[in-house]
Amino acid sequence: MVRRSLLLGLLPAGLAWPAAAQDRFITLASTTSTEQSGLFGHILPAFTRASGIGVRVVALGTGQALDVGRRGDADALLVHDKAAEERFVAEGYGGPRRQVMYNDFVLIGPASDPAGIAGTRDVAEALRRVSARRAPFVSRGDRSGTHAAELRLWQEAGIDPVRGRGQWYREVGQGMGPALNTAAAQEAYLLSDRGTWLAFRNRQALKLLVEGDARLLNQYGILAVSAQRHPGVKAREAQTFIDWITAAAGQAAIAGYRVNGEQLFFPNAGSSK
Amino acid sequence: MQDLGSAFMAAIALVRDGDAGMLAILGLSLRVSLAALGIAAVVGLPLGALLAVARFPGRRVVVVSLNALMGLPPVVAGLLVYLLLSRSGPLGHWGLLFTPGAMVIAQAVLITPILAALSRGVLEALWEEYAEALRSFGAGPWRAVPTLLWDGRFALLTVLLAGFGRASAEVGAVILVGGNIEGFTRTMTTAIALETSKGDLPLALALGLVLMVIVLGVNALAQVLRDVALRRAG
Amino acid sequence: MLPIRAEGVSYAVGGAAILDGVSLTIAPGAPMLILGPNGAGKSVLLRLLHGLLRPEAGRITPAAAIRGAMVFQRPVLLRRSVLANLRYPMALAGVPRAERARRAEAALAEVGLSTLASRPARRLSGGEQQRLALARAAALEPQVLFLDEPCASLDPAATRAVEEIIRRIAARGTKIVMTTHDLGQARRLAGEVVFLHRGRVVEAASAERFFAGPASAEGAAFLQGELLW
Repeated sequence: MVRRSLLLGLLPAGLAWPAAAQDRFITLASTTSTEQSGLFGHILPAFTRASGIGVRVVALGTGQALDVGRRGDADALLVHDKAAEERFVAEGYGGPRRQVMYNDFVLIGPASDPAGIAGTRDVAEALRRVSARRAPFVSRGDRSGTHAAELRLWQEAGIDPVRGRGQWYREVGQGMGPALNTAAAQEAYLLSDRGTWLAFRNRQALKLLVEGDARLLNQYGILAVSAQRHPGVKAREAQTFIDWITAAAGQAAIAGYRVNGEQLFFPNAGSSK
Repeated sequence: MQDLGSAFMAAIALVRDGDAGMLAILGLSLRVSLAALGIAAVVGLPLGALLAVARFPGRRVVVVSLNALMGLPPVVAGLLVYLLLSRSGPLGHWGLLFTPGAMVIAQAVLITPILAALSRGVLEALWEEYAEALRSFGAGPWRAVPTLLWDGRFALLTVLLAGFGRASAEVGAVILVGGNIEGFTRTMTTAIALETSKGDLPLALALGLVLMVIVLGVNALAQVLRDVALRRAG
Repeated sequence: MLPIRAEGVSYAVGGAAILDGVSLTIAPGAPMLILGPNGAGKSVLLRLLHGLLRPEAGRITPAAAIRGAMVFQRPVLLRRSVLANLRYPMALAGVPRAERARRAEAALAEVGLSTLASRPARRLSGGEQQRLALARAAALEPQVLFLDEPCASLDPAATRAVEEIIRRIAARGTKIVMTTHDLGQARRLAGEVVFLHRGRVVEAASAERFFAGPASAEGAAFLQGELLW
């Protein structure tokens, strides 16, 4: 039985390359947090049904995704680092930037909470306590949107964490998942987006300790890559996708995505924040 | 210990249920690695044979370079292919970046030096034995290359399996040039990397176990074919 | 191809002279046996005459890349069937396909390996392997066939079989040039003898004359079994 099901699966697969589900498709460079949350699996089929355009998602950190856009290797970018996105537009690589949705970051740490930050809503204060205790803190260190947000929060706290580099401040230079795995192993604090945290399975002693500070807002924006710079870019299809995700149908699809009954992303294309 | 146990159970469940998503990923992994192996064999084996028989200035440099390239970090191979296939790169108009084709190229780049270097070693020993006889028959180095490739076929099978193993176990290059796009360029190894980063270590390990069983199966099959052929052809 | 002439041929390996001013002529006729103690340079001389080595001084005519065919002390058989081994050098030599099949069949019959045609060549016994190597060389129908100690690692029965094949090849008009350290074999096969000692030709005579009484002291000592080096 086992052998037959494997053979039946492999035989046709061995004969032909998978034809792309659609002849028309765009490549969307996005972040690991959105992909791993399962959001795309929920909203993209609806878009493809409506438009006949397939979307291939390459999940990267925001900094890397913007670089992929600069090289013209994606047609659209869905990322979460407003300052970097505005720089991308200003440099003429694409745009305009449209905001799509938000969720929030949360501060995670070991249940033992050696810095004693549980219960506070002031994220800057929480970070000050972590650094004062020199408690291990894992940083993405990969120019991702989450990394950028973390650095902004340290600035708000008036602390230069880089001085703790190699000691309590540990930059892993990897995605959210690997950073969470590292923090779990080292009983360290770290900043995570809520979606990845909710989907993360290897928590061990990690717990959500701080949430709800307005400064923990995680805003996603979408950008078209400039077809003037890179003639290979599928500008029309990319614009179709951007129009869809920022309009009623796409926004409703985002709002409708839930994990264990919990809404992960909140559409806000309409508001002008 | 608990994780290892549940990984094992999950692996069995994946295979038992013939999980469609996993079978598609497995199929893609095998096709990509076999295609890369085919390309690398067409280039690497004759190159190895030629290096075994030919004596020319700079040969040692080529041999040492190939041996060094065997240790080429996959990410570097991937980066090289990425920059070539990027729309900003020289081959951007092929439109191959983030496709299975790009992964085939990256793996082929990675294992061609391995096939060339290993086959050179194997065939040099054979050439040592054959050289006088072939020259006595009037065969020059060019004619000796196909002869060595054919007569060394059983030893070369092991070389091919080494290349296949390296290709199918590779993750750094294919994730870079393939993009790990679900349903399109997700292979066993990139899926393992993804599940690991999601913290689903048992599932990641289960996928790893399935991959190992498949690679083991390919090796066993090749070994059986080799033994049968060896018995018939000597 | 014949006659092959070597004139003042010298050859050295790593500064040590192996052959020093060797001159001889290979003309059609009965087998030529090259005799001499170990290290006399017999194998090197054979390779020079065949064309596998180039002389460092002197010359060998005709100036072809390869002269005749050769069988080595340890037969080098391809990792293929007996039949494929026979066909391979004929294909290289440009023998037409139909002719190849005919010659292969005849050669197999001559050496008594017809029933083993489809066997892997390297699974044959030592004697069978050497017979196949002889058949393979003979199928090329060379004017001259060089044999380097072809029976050195064979038992007496296999040696007799190989000698019988050599006699038959010679009878068809192929010139045999052969080294051996087996005096009995030399007496059985030789038409003429070239006696080599320390890289020089000490004597070249008909077999009859040489075995009746060598002209040189070294030759006499060799026949007495006293000259080993």
